[in-house]
Amino acid sequence: MNTLLDSLWVQNALVFAGLSLVAGLIASGARNERWRRALRRLRRDRIGLCAGAGIAVYLLVGLLEMVQIPTGDGGRVSVLVRMAGGVVEEKSYSAPLASHSLSVARPEPLKGRHLLGTTALGKDTLLQALRACRTALIIGGVTSLIYIPLGTLLGITAGYYRRWVDDLISYVYSTLASIPEILLLVSILMALGKGLGTMSLALGVTSWVGLCRLIRGETMRQAERPYVTAARALGQSHWKIITSHLLPNVLHLVLINFVLGFSGLVLAEAILSYLGVGSPVGTPSWGAMIDGARDELSRDPVVWWNLAAATGALFGLVLSLNVFGDALRRAFDPKRG
Amino acid sequence: MFSYLVRRVLYAVPILLGVILITFVLSFVVQSPEARARAVLGQRATPQAVATWLSNRGFDKPRFFNTQPGEAWHDSQFFHHVVKLATFDLGVSDVSGRDLKEVFKQGAVPSLLLTVPAFFVGLLMAVCLALYQVFVRDSLLDTAGVLIAVALMSIPSMVYIVFGQAVLALLFNYFPVFGFDMAGFGTLRFLLLPVALMALMGVGGDVRLYRAVFLEEIAQDYVRTAQAKGVPQARLLFVHVLKNGMISLITLVVAHLPHLVMGSLLVENFFGIPGLGNTLFLAIQQSDYATVFASVYLGSLLYIVGLILTDICYALADPRIRLS
Repeated sequence: MNTLLDSLWVQNALVFAGLSLVAGLIASGARNERWRRALRRLRRDRIGLCAGAGIAVYLLVGLLEMVQIPTGDGGRVSVLVRMAGGVVEEKSYSAPLASHSLSVARPEPLKGRHLLGTTALGKDTLLQALRACRTALIIGGVTSLIYIPLGTLLGITAGYYRRWVDDLISYVYSTLASIPEILLLVSILMALGKGLGTMSLALGVTSWVGLCRLIRGETMRQAERPYVTAARALGQSHWKIITSHLLPNVLHLVLINFVLGFSGLVLAEAILSYLGVGSPVGTPSWGAMIDGARDELSRDPVVWWNLAAATGALFGLVLSLNVFGDALRRAFDPKRG
Repeated sequence: MFSYLVRRVLYAVPILLGVILITFVLSFVVQSPEARARAVLGQRATPQAVATWLSNRGFDKPRFFNTQPGEAWHDSQFFHHVVKLATFDLGVSDVSGRDLKEVFKQGAVPSLLLTVPAFFVGLLMAVCLALYQVFVRDSLLDTAGVLIAVALMSIPSMVYIVFGQAVLALLFNYFPVFGFDMAGFGTLRFLLLPVALMALMGVGGDVRLYRAVFLEEIAQDYVRTAQAKGVPQARLLFVHVLKNGMISLITLVVAHLPHLVMGSLLVENFFGIPGLGNTLFLAIQQSDYATVFASVYLGSLLYIVGLILTDICYALADPRIRLS
């Protein structure tokens, strides 16, 4: 099983499967009349479109790092690293565009120029920041694959069946919600060990609560509308009412929550990696880069480019997601802005 | 009122039991006590040392029910866990061996000194800015304000701290960067920068949230009536809308309560404030499971108490809500 998962083509296939799943879901939702109207409004929203383009750039970079190709000597390398083949590794820190390494006593000439300098291990900072996209996207994507189906399904079930089903589901999420999120995350990760998989699992456990609560409320409102009563009067099964009437009417909330939630997940990844319970050592991660910057800033001369690159890259993605999520919300619900 | 209170507290009991079950599952089932003992004592610990460590803490007992003949069925890890937590016996730290109740008592004061002012400063800033944005709604200023708020909340908290520390403290050499002093004016000097940074960190998200609340309020009938009556815009917003909007804000505000006592992990660690957040940060770094799991319990307890208080405040602030 493990060897199968380690195989590079299986990993590449998984990446594309995940991506086409999300694209397929959005495309199937977009047939809905409400979604089409929202799309028309979104097209006129310039700020929203800019943010969407920003997200697309990050997706592309992350994808290039996720897809791997075999090298001649039996190893493997990501497309992004292959494309940056001309970028050489130095021995230690160097400032952006410097010609010599960062050492007051004995500056050595560098092998090449680096737009954003190099890290402590001599790796190109810009390349590291770009490679960290993959970590952020994997955490956001895998976590969303866990919590979105869970939260939507439980939310609709609780809102539609009410009574003891609702009591049970509300009890479970009120209990989870009463544990401060960061504490729950940290203790789950301490119990399970660090890694991208366990981090997604832990974030999935904490993230579904908000979505479930939202969908439950909206389902309760929708279930009282005449169209649901009519469907029931016509003798449609519960399953049919849930899948073909209720689900399409709450799906836009899921989409908005997905986009806005994604930004929260990216931030959470950075904070958890910073706390030392997140990404395993060696995985390029913005959180780990910011963590390293803590000592770098007190050096003399100050090493600021790692912090700047990681923060800039993280900020760009989170801002794009937040702005795009707001634009989506405006497009779906123009009255409430 | 009294019967409502009793019912409200009774409702919290199953939730608290759920929290205890979660901490139990995390601390005993997901990671076996043996593995935890190994992690604390080191890989080279003798089997005897591990056995003593386990029996000292009662971790060698059966997990849920004691089925051994001649012993009480409740003599198990789970029931000991419940009884201990219910009687506020939080156990001892895995690393230092100190009584955790004492550790938390000691850390609460510095944490409160940091978080309470930061909370009120942040709240005041966010409410004022949100109201002002609603005042100039649909203008360029409002749009810019929303964008700035979103930008502020897109910056991870550690960047605020690293930046605040490096640029302000080092460049201007005015604020002490690290340390704490519990004596009078000295405390203030150490707290000023962390408090300011903490207030700033939350302001973006809060402004965005409160703006939405106030915008919803402004669509209400009473606002139109007041406008028709000729109440000036400013008075309308800062008196009428603020008062009514506050009712919805109470719920949002209470989510902060556990953070007030538990402190801020990152801020306290960066500035060397010996509060609960710092204790927790160090516990995470040192894999001190006992401290982390006790914090989970304490944080949840505070949140549940906070929720009960909110419901009471809610009922007191809004006479339309009946206590039944």
